[in-house]
Amino acid sequence: MTALLAFDNVWLEYGERIVLEKVSLSVAQGAFVSIVGPSGAGKSTFLRLVLGQERPTRGAIRLDGAPLRSEPGRDRGVVFQRYSVFPHLTTLENVLFGLDCEGAAVSGRLWGAKRRAGLERARELLSAVGLSGSQDVYPAQLSGGMQQRVAIAQALITRPRILLLDEPFGALDPGVRLDMHDLITSLWREHQLTILMVTHDIREAFKLGTRVLAFDKRRHDPHAPHRYGSTAVYDVPLDRKAKAAPAAQELAAAYPELATPGR
Amino acid sequence: MRRLLNVRPDGGARLLLGLAPLIAIVLIYLLASTARHAANPSDKLLPTLAAMAEQMRIMAFQVDPQTGAIPLWQDTAASLRRLGLGLSIATATTLILGLLIGLLPLVRATLGPLISAIAVIPPIAVLPILFITFGLGETAKVVLIVVGVTPFMVRDLASHIGAIPEEQIVKAQTLGASTWQIALRVALPQAMPRLLECLRLSLGPAWVFLISAEAIASDVGLGYRIFLVRRYLAMDIILPYVAWTALLAVSFDMLLLTLSRRAYPWAHGRRAP
Repeated sequence: MTALLAFDNVWLEYGERIVLEKVSLSVAQGAFVSIVGPSGAGKSTFLRLVLGQERPTRGAIRLDGAPLRSEPGRDRGVVFQRYSVFPHLTTLENVLFGLDCEGAAVSGRLWGAKRRAGLERARELLSAVGLSGSQDVYPAQLSGGMQQRVAIAQALITRPRILLLDEPFGALDPGVRLDMHDLITSLWREHQLTILMVTHDIREAFKLGTRVLAFDKRRHDPHAPHRYGSTAVYDVPLDRKAKAAPAAQELAAAYPELATPGR
Repeated sequence: MRRLLNVRPDGGARLLLGLAPLIAIVLIYLLASTARHAANPSDKLLPTLAAMAEQMRIMAFQVDPQTGAIPLWQDTAASLRRLGLGLSIATATTLILGLLIGLLPLVRATLGPLISAIAVIPPIAVLPILFITFGLGETAKVVLIVVGVTPFMVRDLASHIGAIPEEQIVKAQTLGASTWQIALRVALPQAMPRLLECLRLSLGPAWVFLISAEAIASDVGLGYRIFLVRRYLAMDIILPYVAWTALLAVSFDMLLLTLSRRAYPWAHGRRAP
């Protein structure tokens, strides 16, 4: 198991206020890490650090052994709770967006044979997330669960090294949420993804993750609560799950082409 | 009995309700005009429909021997050219500045305060400066429209683009989009319906600036004509000219709305074409 993502004594401070302190951990390739913790415990800040939206005040973050670029990039995909899809693009155009950006630096849009190949990939991903019938509608016409499916397909098309999920199912109905659990689990297996997921739902964290991280403050000063930051206070590996997907971890190193959908 | 606020007119009833005040105003005018003409057949203040139609026939169909042109069309063409030129420049400037300010914190820090400062200057107050700088010709009039509407439009568009959820911008970056690609594929398409909306809202002020500039120094144009015939108390020309101006303004407004709905169905809650 190689460490894909490594935090080495990372601190994040806003002036006087310390948000995260002494965060040292590493995430193996192929892991599905659930991140839980009370509100304000720095879960989302942790994710923002990985995304590159925040820069650590102290310490280092490494992705694949190289220092993490402190701005979002193709190597880290993301699905937020809301606003993850572009309202002005149809479902298919939303999924194609990543390839458009990769293949057309100036026009931002693929043409001809490249576009046809891209559209085929986008359609494959859409059917992998169960949306093949809705490729020509705008996100506003889709339900919340369907929009999240689009957002996941959209993130997967660039084959990110790591997929970040920020409470992706938090706004969904319980039934829809269960469907999404099945979907993300099967995508994680088929595409050998490495996933970091922030969630409020502890049951969801244990159900989906191969490892659960809990963020909270280790120390507390009642007179200056802002002077102590949060860190990963619990780190629970769920071995049963890890063993259940050994193939994923072996294959992850090779990072093969996207598996054919509907398997 | 249903609550008043739950009574919603539909279809024909709505049309009828909308027309009622217009019809009422016309009726009241006709009554007042008839009454005044009964007392004084040469009344100039509230001309009869027939008098207005006769004047409009002359203005719209007869060549003025002095200028060799038909006044209404000459005025309309001159005014629309100024308006079109002014609004085109304003819209193009708004699109570029709005995108830059809305998307790039560096440009926002540089130009934001300047735009806010310019926006609070009453444009009519700078009209003398424009006349002195650009002379009494077309340039000053076009520039007045540009100066009058652009700061408001830029501020509105920039704040609209700035309000695009950060999640979308971050998502685009994780999909590999560069600053240019985000401007082109994320910000620009979402700016366009707002820009058209902004342009619709600016039509009113733009007409005000146009008519003002034409009233003060011009030899052709709708505003020029209205202020010219004011000297002869020619209400039978002024009223139809005002109605014509209103008709033009309403048509542009509807044209822009239709264009926005056709081109950007997603922004109006419509299905993909």
